[in-house]
Amino acid sequence: MYMKIGVLALQGDFAEHMAMLRRIGVQSAEVRLPDHLQDLDGLIIPGGESTTIGKLAVAYDLIEPLRQFAAQKAIWGTCAGAIFLSKDARRPQPLLEVMDITVERNAFGRQVDSFEVDLEIPELQVVQPGSGPYHAVFIRAPLIESVQKDTRVLAALPDGRIVAAQQGRLLATSFHPELTQDDRFHRYFVRLAEGKVTTLG
Amino acid sequence: METQVATFAVKKGLAQMLKGGVIMDVVTPEHAKIAEDAGAVAVMALERVPADIRADGGVARMSDPELILKIMDTVSIPVMAKCRIGHFVEAQILEAIGVDYIDESEVLTPADEQHHIYKHPFKSPFVCGARNLGEALRRIGEGAAMIRTKGEAGTGDVVEAVRHARTVLGEIRHLQAFQEEELMSYAKEIGAPYELVVETRQLGRLPVVNFAAGGLATPADAALMMQLGVDGVFVGSGIFKSDDPAHRAVAIVKATTHYNDAYILAEVSRNLGVAMVGRQVSSIPQPELIAGRGW
Repeated sequence: MYMKIGVLALQGDFAEHMAMLRRIGVQSAEVRLPDHLQDLDGLIIPGGESTTIGKLAVAYDLIEPLRQFAAQKAIWGTCAGAIFLSKDARRPQPLLEVMDITVERNAFGRQVDSFEVDLEIPELQVVQPGSGPYHAVFIRAPLIESVQKDTRVLAALPDGRIVAAQQGRLLATSFHPELTQDDRFHRYFVRLAEGKVTTLG
Repeated sequence: METQVATFAVKKGLAQMLKGGVIMDVVTPEHAKIAEDAGAVAVMALERVPADIRADGGVARMSDPELILKIMDTVSIPVMAKCRIGHFVEAQILEAIGVDYIDESEVLTPADEQHHIYKHPFKSPFVCGARNLGEALRRIGEGAAMIRTKGEAGTGDVVEAVRHARTVLGEIRHLQAFQEEELMSYAKEIGAPYELVVETRQLGRLPVVNFAAGGLATPADAALMMQLGVDGVFVGSGIFKSDDPAHRAVAIVKATTHYNDAYILAEVSRNLGVAMVGRQVSSIPQPELIAGRGW
């Protein structure tokens, strides 16, 4: 089966996600209007400004179609995308409210505090057994303050703060795998979209 | 591995997050709120928009940090601010107050007529203007993490932004056709660092994000620049010098996203009221033009 993954292209680094999908041999398509969601096996919501993405999603009637998509298929949000998926971002702005996580925007401070760090992410062993730590890039990043219901924590900083989570086929990362040369997260998401078992053991 | 703060990857990365978006000039916290509500990806905080700087004359300097801080307190999106070309102390001040991006801008009166700021040691990322590939790569060589066309700010005339975008993007297309042995002499000819010439040829684009700026005033102007191949747009005087800034700001945001959809562009262009009056660049005497500032 050939996979086709959509990338929400309202604003942000959608081209970087599409380049990564191309690199791992997966077809991709830009999504700007509700019609563009047809025939997709999964959707990535890129990094960008979550307020901009939310407002454009409201303006072009994408909120309900995206919620319906989330009920049936895999969605992965990176940074702004993670905020957009969340139930609660602690301030009024349009959200999909499909994932049981609470996020705090700009949790690490302003741009001068943006950083890179290595993370241990055991789930990535599923796509590449024996692979090492994951080098994560955080840019004015949100923090996943808490996860609720059946949401699992995939990655945390050394001090325990949550930066990646998964609930069923929904995936949220505070950081930007699309800005690295490491395609493990994209391969992990494609497996999720294919409906393959992704949990360890 | 230790946590690494403010690396070139995260400086350049913030600009990547702004792609497909509109950065708006604002002079008050109220403007900043209007811009954020309209869907701006960032605001440029300054005391006077370029059209007023042009009209007032005199020396244009960095804005009062108090104003910039008030704007930073008002919005959740990134806040940029301008320092003069070569004025590294203004840049140090902007970094100290935590500005998210520093624009080393020809719109202000240059402080150094030979040198730009050495931008690598700063934690704040820099955006710089460029009219051609050589200028863009010199700025990146100095540490700029984002490039914009200069255009001719404060005119409402898009012609210079088009010229600069076509020049940079056209030169990159030409570069693709060069053979390896031609690159050194090309680097010499355009006054650009050799390594960046090689990297640009290999990428087929600038190594950092490239926005349009200078003279954009309508949704169609924004979409024009996007179709020419830039990554996003700055709109300076064009929004708050128009009849109905809130309405126009939303329309330009929508036009930047749907830049390839003429039906949506037609829809958002309706009933926007009068655009900024503007000034035709070809009617402005040479000494008053600002795009030539920068070395």
